[in-house]
Amino acid sequence: MAMAVLWTAMVVISVLCAAATGRLEALSAAALSGAAAAVELSIAMAGAICLWCGVLEVLRRGGALEGLSRLLRPVLGLLYPEFRNDRRVMEPLTANVAANLLGVGNAATPMGIRAAAAMARNLNGVASDSLCMLVVINTSSLQVIPATVAAARAAAGSAAPFDILPAVWLASAVSVTVGIVAARLLARVWP
Amino acid sequence: MSVFSAALLPALLCLAALWGLHKRVDVYGALVRGAEDGIATVIKILPALVGLLTAIYMLRASGALELATGALAPLLERIGIPAETAPLMLVRPMSGSGALAVGVELMKRYGPDSEIGRTAAVMLGASETTFYTIAVYFGGLGIRKTRYAIPAALCADLAGFLASAWAVRLFFGPR
Repeated sequence: MAMAVLWTAMVVISVLCAAATGRLEALSAAALSGAAAAVELSIAMAGAICLWCGVLEVLRRGGALEGLSRLLRPVLGLLYPEFRNDRRVMEPLTANVAANLLGVGNAATPMGIRAAAAMARNLNGVASDSLCMLVVINTSSLQVIPATVAAARAAAGSAAPFDILPAVWLASAVSVTVGIVAARLLARVWP
Repeated sequence: MSVFSAALLPALLCLAALWGLHKRVDVYGALVRGAEDGIATVIKILPALVGLLTAIYMLRASGALELATGALAPLLERIGIPAETAPLMLVRPMSGSGALAVGVELMKRYGPDSEIGRTAAVMLGASETTFYTIAVYFGGLGIRKTRYAIPAALCADLAGFLASAWAVRLFFGPR
């Protein structure tokens, strides 16, 4: 229901604002181009998602994810206690964390979705605490090398595009920590 | 650094393939099998994206974001965030490419090595497209009750933005 309320609010606010500022024509064009952009985005992402799911399958068959999972298990076990020993969740989850850290965003998402799908097997449309945690962690960026932003800074003529790295790490760490704490606290009070 | 990040993806592909062969995995067969899962995922999330992007594009075109920016400016200055970055913070959770466009614009106008330019860059690097991510994860799985995921994710974003402004001042000195 949350999405239903959010979506309705976004559309209603848009229509009211556009009517007040005389932009209804632009608004109807934007609605259609938004729908088209979703399809374009899906097609643009499809290749990368397929490629990374393929690479993961290679790694999985070779047994690489088991090893990495074992390494990350102490941390991931704390965050997702109910899936501690569930390989179908832990393997893509491990790959998701690794890809996030490496800044390979388009590999991280498919793996995260895989893990989420495995977590959501027995849910009836209601997000579990683990699923919320996974989403919250993935919405706060964990990347070590923000390549796109550095490229944008270089393009704008920065003297040292990567000099923001320590600031990015600090801000990301704060963001992820607050996200985890907020999720843990809200889990106790939210039905 | 940029050579490193440019070489990262090809190197990962190479290593995965060589390592797979070494482990006697049918590398190509596994790749294709995995890609099959991938395309199923894409088809699953597409309808949710259509719904969400339609609303986001409408919100952007309606001028609602500009109105909110004007209202937020005094509050932002008080907590130590340059008010010029307000549009970036509002767009960031909804559109990755939109936020990048706003960020590039800020870097161009104020200079990439100014406090505003740096803050914009750090904000971009330290946050994600929250609503996209939520829609992609929950939409595809048929989760209708997202419970506290959105408020918790927005808390993380807000903390990240605040920390970005503070971190820039910490590492590069006060303005």
